[in-house]
Amino acid sequence: MINRECGVYQTTYEGDMALYPLPLARYSTLAVVVVLALLPLVLDSHMMSLANLMLLASIGAIGLNILVGYTGQVSLGHGAFMMVGSYTAALVTVRLGLPFWLGLPAGGAVAALVGAFFGIPSLRIKGLYLAIATLAGQFIIEWVINHSPWISGGVQSTIYVPTPTFLGWNINNEYRRYFMVLPVAIVAYVAAMNLVRSRVGRAFIAVRDRDVAAEIIGVDIFHYKLLAFAVSSFYAGMAGALWTYYLKIANYEHFTLATSVSYLAMIIIGGLGSVLGSVFGAVFITLLPIVLVYVVEGGAALFGFKYAAIADFLANLRLIIFGGLIILFLAIEPEGLFRMWGNVKRYFRLWPYSY
Amino acid sequence: MTAQLEIRGVSKSFGGVQAVSRVSFDVQQGEILSIIGPNGAGKTTLLNCISSVFHPETGAIVLDGRETTRLAPPRVAALGVARTFQNIALFRGMTVVDNLMLGRHIHMKNGVFRSMLYWGPGRREEVAHRQVVEDIIDFLEIEAIRKRPVGSLPYGLQKRVELGRALALHPKVLLLDEPMGGTNHEEKEDMARFILDVNDEWGTTIILIEHDMGVVMDISQRVIVLDLGAKIAEGTPAEVKATPQVIKAYLGTKATV
Repeated sequence: MINRECGVYQTTYEGDMALYPLPLARYSTLAVVVVLALLPLVLDSHMMSLANLMLLASIGAIGLNILVGYTGQVSLGHGAFMMVGSYTAALVTVRLGLPFWLGLPAGGAVAALVGAFFGIPSLRIKGLYLAIATLAGQFIIEWVINHSPWISGGVQSTIYVPTPTFLGWNINNEYRRYFMVLPVAIVAYVAAMNLVRSRVGRAFIAVRDRDVAAEIIGVDIFHYKLLAFAVSSFYAGMAGALWTYYLKIANYEHFTLATSVSYLAMIIIGGLGSVLGSVFGAVFITLLPIVLVYVVEGGAALFGFKYAAIADFLANLRLIIFGGLIILFLAIEPEGLFRMWGNVKRYFRLWPYSY
Repeated sequence: MTAQLEIRGVSKSFGGVQAVSRVSFDVQQGEILSIIGPNGAGKTTLLNCISSVFHPETGAIVLDGRETTRLAPPRVAALGVARTFQNIALFRGMTVVDNLMLGRHIHMKNGVFRSMLYWGPGRREEVAHRQVVEDIIDFLEIEAIRKRPVGSLPYGLQKRVELGRALALHPKVLLLDEPMGGTNHEEKEDMARFILDVNDEWGTTIILIEHDMGVVMDISQRVIVLDLGAKIAEGTPAEVKATPQVIKAYLGTKATV
């Protein structure tokens, strides 16, 4: 995380190719993990629920970034792939009685299959046209799930899931749910970091940057485009399945087109082509509306307005500020929060003796 | 002696334009063959046919006795054909090392799970191929820029990195499309030296498109001349230089008033 290369000499390729080649970066990353693990000691239940939401969004955003940021295939169907994971997890839990830790990979796997299928148009079309094709995927999946009682469990399209348990431990409050979500998020993060720095990830980037050149050096772009859809949808499916176990309910309304768009917003604001950026974006988009509630309400109280009298106005004001802030961020740093973080790191690289 | 690469009556047209028409020639193992000709003669199209970017309408391309005419480009690459492009086609956001590692793609086996795990066999494979890449970095004298994103490098160095990426494939046949185009005198000399060294050390067959006649005549063993899509001459540099058709294509004929 922190760059202080001074005095570090790599003498092996293993060392040079490590995820965090610098000792200081390793320690600071470890410190972040420790802090994350200790958060429940200091935060109240409401704050823990926010942390959970951020982690859930991070998993989905990392998945979408692998597809859009790294492989360059725009997708508006991410919400639908999460929906597939969500209902799969609910069904295997309710019908087959599988525990949540088997439901997660099941949700991911089924979503990966569906995602790869809806990725087939990417072999022919690119860019905005592909976005429209995946948009069709979003609606088709939504419609199919809604209109198949076998999948969605009836008119409300809602499946209730029993409280997940792990080795006899009931995951029934925000603190316990945090420890259900956090390990999955960490594994998802590390796996994505490893993926993008090794053979498959390089092939993804090659497909994004120069598809003709990629083919010439032996990268089968059809294979890697579908693979990117599958991996990305696996992440989406896992995230969707976690939502199901988190809310103890599977409902299509959590995974509509608006969800797809907000995940796109996360990775654009966080930084396309960056795993850490996806997390930044997920945190930003999850927190901003909630922070704005406090800010706007606090501001209203400060000026002596009664909240109930201007509730409508405040709700709209919040949306306006939300949109405005996103535009502002993109105008200041089009490459996203990850780039801002990089600039801060660069500043401190030689601090306090920078020249 | 059987040829390593045979081009048999290859034709390719775009709409009404006959870019390459019925070109045939053989390439021997380990030789440096130059393709020259005026702009629009069909040199790059011919190279694109050999590396399967385009599939010719008629004719066949045979590599080591195996027809590659209709194969997909990645399959041709796996059979040992690597190339560089006239307008550099590197992956601009990636570092020099990563670009060269992509050159190792066909020799690696890591799939999604091994890549995500990056431990044990997956990691060992990455490290082993990094060593191969470092040998090439060493050979091309680009150690100092190995961690730089290629987009930030000057043009001449990008040309060199692109050669490195092609070399990373350990190709049997190396196709170079104007490796010296747009570079200065020193860079040209460096590039000529690398081409000769590659040919010398690894015995790689090299097919070269180049406009600089000095370089072409110096380093190639044989020269093929294309004009308007057709082969008009073939032979050693000295023979080609003396061919009347070549003089006509390059210099034109004496004006008659």
